[in-house]
Formats: sequence, structure tokens, C-alpha cells
Amino acid sequence: MGIFMRHVTKLMVASAFSALMATTAQITVSLAQTPKDTVVMAKQIDDIITLDPAEAFEFSGVEVGANVYDKLIGVDLAKGNALVGELAASWTVSPDNLTYTFKLRPGVKFHSGNALTAADVVYSFQRAVTLNKSPGFILTQFGFTKDNVLEKVRASDDSTVVITVSKPFAPTFFLNCLTSGVASIVDSKLVKANEKDGDFGNGWMKLNSAGSGAYKVRAYRPNEQYALDANEGWYKGAPKNKRVIVRHVAEPASQRLLLEKGDIDIARNLSKDQLAAVKTNKDVEIVQGDKGYILYLGLNTKNPNFAKPEVREALKWLVDYKSIETNIVEGTYKHHESFLPKGFLGAIDDKPYSFNPAKAKELLAKAGLPNGFSVTMDVRSVSPITDIAQAVQASWAQAGIKLELIPGDGKQTLTKYRARTHDIYIGQWGPDYLDPHTNAETFAINENNGEDAKSKTLAWRNAWDIPDMTKVTQANVLETDAAKRAAVYGSLQRDHQMVSPFVIMFQQVEVSAERKGVNGWVIGPSSDTNFYAPIAKN
Amino acid sequence: MTSLTDTPMPVPVPTRKPGAGRAMRWGRLLWRELTTVAITIFGLLLVTFFIARVIPIDPVLAVVGDNARPDVYENARIALGLDKPLWQQFASYVGKVFTGDLGRSVLTSNTVVEDIKRVFPATLELATLGTLIGVLLGVPLGIVAAVNQGRWPDQFARIVGLIGYSIPVFWLGLMGLLLFYAKLGWVSGPGRIGIAYQDFVDPITNIIMLDAALQGEWDAFRNAFSHLILPASVLGLLSVAYISRMTRSFMITELQQQYVIAARVKGLSEWRVVWRHALRNAAVPLVTVIALSYMHLLEGSVLTETIFAWPGLGRYITNSLLNADMNAVLGGTLVVGAVFIAVNLFTDILARIADPRAR
Repeated sequence: MGIFMRHVTKLMVASAFSALMATTAQITVSLAQTPKDTVVMAKQIDDIITLDPAEAFEFSGVEVGANVYDKLIGVDLAKGNALVGELAASWTVSPDNLTYTFKLRPGVKFHSGNALTAADVVYSFQRAVTLNKSPGFILTQFGFTKDNVLEKVRASDDSTVVITVSKPFAPTFFLNCLTSGVASIVDSKLVKANEKDGDFGNGWMKLNSAGSGAYKVRAYRPNEQYALDANEGWYKGAPKNKRVIVRHVAEPASQRLLLEKGDIDIARNLSKDQLAAVKTNKDVEIVQGDKGYILYLGLNTKNPNFAKPEVREALKWLVDYKSIETNIVEGTYKHHESFLPKGFLGAIDDKPYSFNPAKAKELLAKAGLPNGFSVTMDVRSVSPITDIAQAVQASWAQAGIKLELIPGDGKQTLTKYRARTHDIYIGQWGPDYLDPHTNAETFAINENNGEDAKSKTLAWRNAWDIPDMTKVTQANVLETDAAKRAAVYGSLQRDHQMVSPFVIMFQQVEVSAERKGVNGWVIGPSSDTNFYAPIAKN
Repeated sequence: MTSLTDTPMPVPVPTRKPGAGRAMRWGRLLWRELTTVAITIFGLLLVTFFIARVIPIDPVLAVVGDNARPDVYENARIALGLDKPLWQQFASYVGKVFTGDLGRSVLTSNTVVEDIKRVFPATLELATLGTLIGVLLGVPLGIVAAVNQGRWPDQFARIVGLIGYSIPVFWLGLMGLLLFYAKLGWVSGPGRIGIAYQDFVDPITNIIMLDAALQGEWDAFRNAFSHLILPASVLGLLSVAYISRMTRSFMITELQQQYVIAARVKGLSEWRVVWRHALRNAAVPLVTVIALSYMHLLEGSVLTETIFAWPGLGRYITNSLLNADMNAVLGGTLVVGAVFIAVNLFTDILARIADPRAR
């Protein structure tokens, strides 16, 4: 036994030692800080399905596009999202509001070195309209089809583009839509060179870039990272950094460790707990920005209880907005009760509801349900949706409403919601473009409440039949006076708050944590406006 | 998935000449194994395909997103072939699989084959080092525990086993990061390689350490290793727990056999008794245990890969599943199944070589 033990001990010591050596050998590897000219971010980027601006419609994909491509029109975040010319040096609108003439900025070049001309603008519109991918409707709602787009969007000379829309839409509406990613101008020569079977280069553009913007895509590995190289010749001037690397780090706790260690400059997806923890770190700063995402409950009026207006109103009195805001979503959402997010034309900040179980019980009694009822809610199993749902469950119980939560993953709950087979859906809505119509359309238009409806808005998904409100909302996109248009949206939202089957609860606040010494990172109101170019490091 | 180690032994035919009989036996064995493999793979395809189609997730949503207009939605549905009858979809899928075409992933825009070439080596790297740690520490630990049954080395092994079994891997991973990366700075953080080294190494095998070594980029090699060692150790601890417990129980069984008593009576040294006789016999089931543990790690450890931002197979499949990216899910599952079958086959052969009775 003695000899044996000696051998085994030797062996164990040897293997333990080698493992230890392997670990300690790394002490000598200096853990370098991020390179000076390079901005490194950790972010959840697994939502990207394409980098093609005509197809990208997910938060992260759109954000890449915003930094790689230029558009005719942009918004000035510092001036309350005012419209400014980007590639368009100037523009005019015909008196009948049907024809827009854009004069292009001279001397702009694509990353490839090709000059940007009116032909590229025409090609970009033709491409987005013909491909007609998910964001395609933002352009096609102005009457462009793949058959007429070359008549409606024309180059009158090398630096002038003339666009004709189908109806006298409010100019703010059309121009706001031109600020979204789908209206990005692509390098037509480069894209055509990479076309395959008439796909307008879509296959190639999924992974590559052909823009004129602040950055060029250097490498993109799906679900892993993307690296962008600065475009020194950008018409707005060279970006303040040479390279941006965005690495996919799914776990917020890992993002926090990387940030505190200095291996990344900016962490984009810290949860409420992580944020509270890094606030005490003197090397870290917090950056906030209001996002357009609205968190709401959708009550399916196919459920007979939700067909009663009193019940819908009662539920709005039964959410403890303040307590959820401070205890669950602190710093990442704020209390908001109308369908237009703050920052949009016509947005209102009215909050008519607060937590009032007595009032709710009164309304329920009026609806003939003094003892409440039982109902289900489909809940996506992610933070903070689950936590909010549980808080709602607890407060509804106070009025005798038995809420059963059905957990599922995002695509699962969404499949059910789209088929209108839910009772209650708790979800987020993000505006598709920076114009109030995007939210007004989905929350307050339902052209046809039947199963054969062509347009399946959120109002449709909750089977809310509103012929009158639909007319008002549709008419407002033709209102050319911006002040009048804003006033109509104001009264629409107030009506909506009273009668709709939507319990609108919160507006999202996006929060990043950055290392001290990182300057210029500003979070815009949408993914289209998250710009990397101003980020500098001292 | 069936375990091929359960395949019954062919019955020897004693009337034939020894040489010819042996060749025939091996031939028949090979035939039998190949048939089993083919049936298993087909079954795997069938089951995963239909599970993927009956789950209440609409794969079109993965392509067009939440807000798509009906015409866009319909075009995408037709492009995915979802308008055809189910059996037709399956037939065309199987046909493609046999030509090596696993389709295109919606999420990554790459072909699934390209994606797997990228993510599988990451998992392979992690699983191999994890298993290596498991074997190098787990087998000696198990032997020492068996030899010293009931005494302190046994208790120590039991505690290691208990820790490995009972502590959730995500907790262990996060604590490991906090201690060895954030506080002590001994290892690098999440990710496969430092950002500064990212495009330093050309991908040849996609196993970064191997690529770095092949190209003589020793700095990159060290950096990759400092990223790998912590997640591999976390997985290694799981393996140590499993392998040491199994080794211990196999060894205890063997040490009670009569041949051990006979060996001791003959006056053989304890070293020889344990290492030459008992371990040799315990090795046969042990190989299966190690292979099983390796296989388990090769399937990809979702939690470990998530915490360490490791772009491996487990995370790829999970992420694809949650996003209803069915080609990717099917392709990934098929790879896992194929690996499972291959390792099983390999273990079977190894067991036959190690154990003369099985030949």
C-alpha cells in the first residue's frame, strides 16, 4: 500500500501542479485595456438577421445601418428631433404636396470611392420597394410599387431627385419616413456587381456593406461580433474613433465584469441590478436615453369580459404603476400612459390612471362582475416582463380577478398574439419610424375586424372594432399643418386612454454604462439614431 | 438516441476455419453497425423534423419579424416552403441532407454547414480540454478513493464529487469569473480571444489555439488559452465529479474480485495489483463513462457558453430554437446526433480492443 500511495500521490501532485502552472502562466499575460482608437462595446446582437438596410428591421441590425449608411434626411437629436438634410442639401415640396425635389449634397463619395449621384438614390428606392422586405411598407405606403417606382422616383439630373407620392400626405410624415433605415442610400455600382439571380444584391448585403456613412463593415460574424472601420472621408468629417467593435455578450453579469475590468468601453444591456452595482464604481458612468418602446397589456375583446368598457377601464385603475416603476424597472422604464412615446410629434404626457382598487371594484360591479373573474395572460419569460406580469397578477387579485400567467418564449407568445387566441398579451411596441403615424396606425386603426383583414394592426389583434377612430387617424396623415396634426394626435390619445383595450404602462429608457474617459455616446430615440461617430476616448 | 454499446454480440460459428470466421464476423458486425447507424440517423431526422414543425412557434416570424405586412409574410412563408404538405417538406429536406445541404440559417444568413464549421470547433476545443481535465484529475482521484475506501482521501473525493454534482454551472462560472478574472486577474474574461488578437490568426481549423500554434503566433495562443482555461475548468469539474465517482465504484468492484486476492497472495506489489490488474479491468466500463461525459460536453453546454460568451454549438442551437430558426436547429441536432453515434461507435471498438472477451 505504501509504495502505491507514493506513486499515486506523485501522480496527483503532478497533475494538480500542471493544472496550476497552466493557470498561473497567465498571470504574465498582461490584460490589455482596449486600444486607444477603438471603441469596444458588449451588446446582445443575436437579433440581427441581416445587415441589408432594405431588410433589417431588428434593433441591432438597424443600428449597424444607421452607422454605415447615409439617408436623404436625418433628425437632429439636439434640436428635438428636427428634420435636417443629410445627403439632401435642400428640398422643396410642391404646393399640392405630391412632389418632392431633393438637391443632393455635392462631392459625397461611397466607401468604394464611387461618387454618390441621383442614380444611386433612384436605385436604392427601387431596390427597397422591389425587395419589399419587412421594413418595405415604410416606403410603399406612399404608393410606390415595383412596377411604378422608376416613374415615381426619378433623377432629373446627376444631383437632383424628384419623388412623387400617391396622396397629399403631410410632408412631415413623408420626410420622417425618409429618416428610417429602409431609405438608406446604397452604392448602386457595388451592389449591382454583387447581384445574384436578380436579388438586388440582397444575399451579399446581408453580411457586407455598400454605404457612404461614418463606418464601413470590416467583419461581421453572426452572434459573435461586428467590427466597423471609420470612414475618414465621411462628408460630416471623420469619426472621433478609428474602429468600433461590438461583441455579443448575452449575459448582463458578464457585460458588467468586462466593463469593470476595462476590457470593454461600453456595456449596453445591463439589468437594473447590474446598473445599481456599477453606479458605485467610480470608473463607470451611466448614459440614459428615452426610447420609443411602449410597454402595454393588450386585452383581447373577443373575451366577453373585455368587450365591456367598464372592465377595460377597471383594469387601468388596477396597475400599481408607481410601485412597478420604482421596484421592478427602476431606471430602465418610466411611467407613461399614451400610445405616442415622449419625443414624437403630438405626444402627450397625461397620466389619468393610478392604482385605485376601490374605483376598479366599483367599475367591475357596474359591469356585473362584482366578484371579479378568471383570465390568462401570455408572458414572455424574460426580465422584466415576467416580474411586471407577477406584480400585475398580485394587484388584480385585490379586485378578485384571478390572473393565470402562461409563460412562453418570445416567438411562441407572439404566434398566439398574431392569431388573436390570447386573453391578455403583455408586450412592447417599438415605433417603425420617427413619425407619430407609426404608433397611431397600429394602436388606433382597424380597417376590417374580420379574419380576412389585410392590415393586422395591434387594434385588430385585440379585435377592437373602431370604424370612427380609424377614419380620424387615417385622415390625420393628410393634415399638412404640423400644429393641427399634433393637436389631433393629442385628442386621439386622450380618447384612446379612456376606451381602448390597451393598458399602456411604461416607456422604455435605454441605459448604457461606459468607462470614464469615454465621451460622446448619446442614445437616440430609436435604433436609427444610435450613432457611434461622436464617441471619443481620452 | 440508442446506445450502441448495447448491441448484442454476434454468435460465433465454431465449424468454420478460424481465419475466415473472424473476417466474416467482423464483416457482419460492420454491416450491423452501419445499418443501426443509418436507421438511427433517419429516426433522428424524422423526430427532430416533426418536432420542429409541430411546436407552436411560427418560423416565418423569424424571417419577417413582428410587424410585417401580410404580403411580406406570405412571400416569406412560400420562400420557406411552408405552403407545401408536411411529407413533401420532409422528403425534400432529407434529400438535401444527403447531398450535404442543411439549408440556410435565417438568423445568421449563412448556410447551416458554414455556421456549424464555425461554432462546432469552439465547442470541441472547450469539451476536449474539459474532458482532459476530468480524466487527468478524476481517474487518479477515483482510484485513490477506492483504495482508501472510508478514509480521508475517500471523503475528500466525495466532497469534490458533491461539489461538482450539486453546484449549478452558471453559478460556478460567474463566481469563477468574479474571482479569477475580475479580482485576481489570472485569466481573461468572456469570449474566445482578446479583441486585440481577434483577426491576428487566420482560421484554418477554427480551433483558435490550434490555428495559433500552426502559425506560430504564440502570443495569440497564450491569449486564447487564458480565455479557454476557466470555462474548461468549470466543465472539467463536472467531469471530475462524474469520472471520479464512476472510477471509484468500478475499482471497488474489481478490488473485491478473486483474481485480486490471488494476485495479492502471489505477493505482487500493491502498485501492480491496482494499476496493472484492477485498473485494466475497470478500464473497459471506464472508457464508456469517459466517452459519455465527453459526448455530453460536445453537445455544447448552453449555460457555460452563455456566461463565457463562447460562440459554441449549444448556444447556437438554443438561440436558433428560441428564434424559430428551424434549419439551424435541425442541422445542429443532426450534428449532435452524428457525434453521439460516432463516439458511441468508437467506444464500442475501443471496448472490444480493451476487453478480449468482447472480441
